[in-house]
Amino acid sequence: MYGLGIAKGLTVTLVNLFRKPATVQYPEEALPQSPRFRGEEFVWYEQRCTGCASCAKFCPLGIIKIETHPGGTNVQEGQSFAIDVFDIDIGRCMFCGLCVEACPYDALFMGSGFERGTYRREDLVIPVEELRQAEKRPSTWFRPQLEAKKYSPQTGQPLSWEEVGR
Amino acid sequence: MPIRTEPVTINLGPQHPSTHGVFRMRITFDGEIILDVEPIFGYLHRGSEKLAEERTYTQVITLTDRLDYVSSMSNNLAYVLAVEKLAGINPPERAMYMRVMVAELQRIVSHLVATGFFLNDLGALATPLMYCFREREKILEMFEMLCGARITLSYMRVGGIFQDTPPEFWPVLSDFLDYMPGYIDEYERLITGNEILLSRTKGTGILSAETAINSSISGPVLRASGVNWDLRKADPYDVYDRMEFDVPLGTVGDNYDRYLMRIAEMRQSLRIIEQCADQIEDGPIKANVPALVRPPIGDAYGHVEAPKGELGFYMVSDGSIAPYRFKIRSPSLLNLSALRDMLVGCKLADMIVTFGSIDINMGEVDR
Ligand code: SF4
Ligand code: SF4
Repeated sequence: MYGLGIAKGLTVTLVNLFRKPATVQYPEEALPQSPRFRGEEFVWYEQRCTGCASCAKFCPLGIIKIETHPGGTNVQEGQSFAIDVFDIDIGRCMFCGLCVEACPYDALFMGSGFERGTYRREDLVIPVEELRQAEKRPSTWFRPQLEAKKYSPQTGQPLSWEEVGR
Repeated sequence: MPIRTEPVTINLGPQHPSTHGVFRMRITFDGEIILDVEPIFGYLHRGSEKLAEERTYTQVITLTDRLDYVSSMSNNLAYVLAVEKLAGINPPERAMYMRVMVAELQRIVSHLVATGFFLNDLGALATPLMYCFREREKILEMFEMLCGARITLSYMRVGGIFQDTPPEFWPVLSDFLDYMPGYIDEYERLITGNEILLSRTKGTGILSAETAINSSISGPVLRASGVNWDLRKADPYDVYDRMEFDVPLGTVGDNYDRYLMRIAEMRQSLRIIEQCADQIEDGPIKANVPALVRPPIGDAYGHVEAPKGELGFYMVSDGSIAPYRFKIRSPSLLNLSALRDMLVGCKLADMIVTFGSIDINMGEVDR
């Protein structure tokens, strides 16, 4: 009979009308994120960083700017380079995480935020001061040691530099 | 006395909501009948092939994410297979299973998007699309669990995958395998028997098997024309030779067949994922590959059956850390080349429907 297919289809829409909505009202309510979420606001531990710049070399876009001078001391490696500039231009970042993968000293982590909207491109550069002072909730992306501790950046406490090593 | 008429040429796009990106068609009409179609592309050209020549083999993975951005897992897979062939690397078993599993999940995502937008193009505005996107979202959440991103995934690495699967992934996957067949049945109840859909899609945009082969069409568009060609069977990569699945085939090659192909392939993908989840064993997830891969001098071509067709990467190595030449064989571009053959003689109203049924992605057409 003509129209049977349409009627059958309409029962599906009717069923869906009474289902629980799949969406949430965003600013009031947010969906849970996975701990591996590769977010903005990189987490950087100056105590662990030796200024080796592996991260900057591995970035496909070259957006990490590092300036150092000899003469610093690193808690893990002893004599090392002191960091003057460590700026990440997240306006061009694609959050691929290759920089985090490249860091041999577990000093750089992806962040978990996603709400850093600004009106000007310049504001999207994360300067070293901000990285130093930011609250550190590292994503567990490519850091199995955090995953082993069942750490979650969304619900867990900020971590100090001693707690994030492997 | 017959009325004197003239063919009319109109431009569709590049900024048109129905062209799935920035794509332009120059179409010549005689009244309502299409006389000629000339696809014009290149508006989204980003020079991926050239960019790859100055990036290391690992960094290129991020470029492949952005080719066909609704199926980046398949792009990753094709790329790493090509590099592994070039450098002679054998990935461990667990990594191969994971890669097949995520590639099949990605196929479901891509087919859901294709089906949803195909119906959108038909005039079933938004409702079926939203149903398709609801399930797609579940898969994207799984991807987020695996690799922290939803669209541009960068999940695979040369020689395996980047990190092992988190334990919370498996229960979510088995839940998904339980409810997904029900949802596919629901799409079929909603759409397949619908008389409006049947009258709009049956017998329109026909692509004969011969034309399809001659213009090097691949993927569901080719199989809808009844040609049995699936790289997963014809040239099995990773662990596809251990999987049991059927290759659904169409008969006529019209828009309806192409739609049915995608629904049927989603069911087969679920079968493959189920087998993978059963067979996967613990073990290493990445072969011992240095951070900077230096393949020996030579060339290699790696290809996979991506959701849209055969996706291949051809690479020439000069022994350095970056490819010397990088060529992408993208299914969307080649499938688009059959658009003229499908459309000539059709009506204006069938044009967008046929275009939607090919399921192209401009990121991949223009690269
Ligand atoms: S996430 Fe990727 S693009 Fe962003 S800084 Fe790191 S390596 Fe560069
Ligand atoms: S963050 Fe890591 S890779 Fe980057 S300079 Fe510091 S130690 Fe080196």
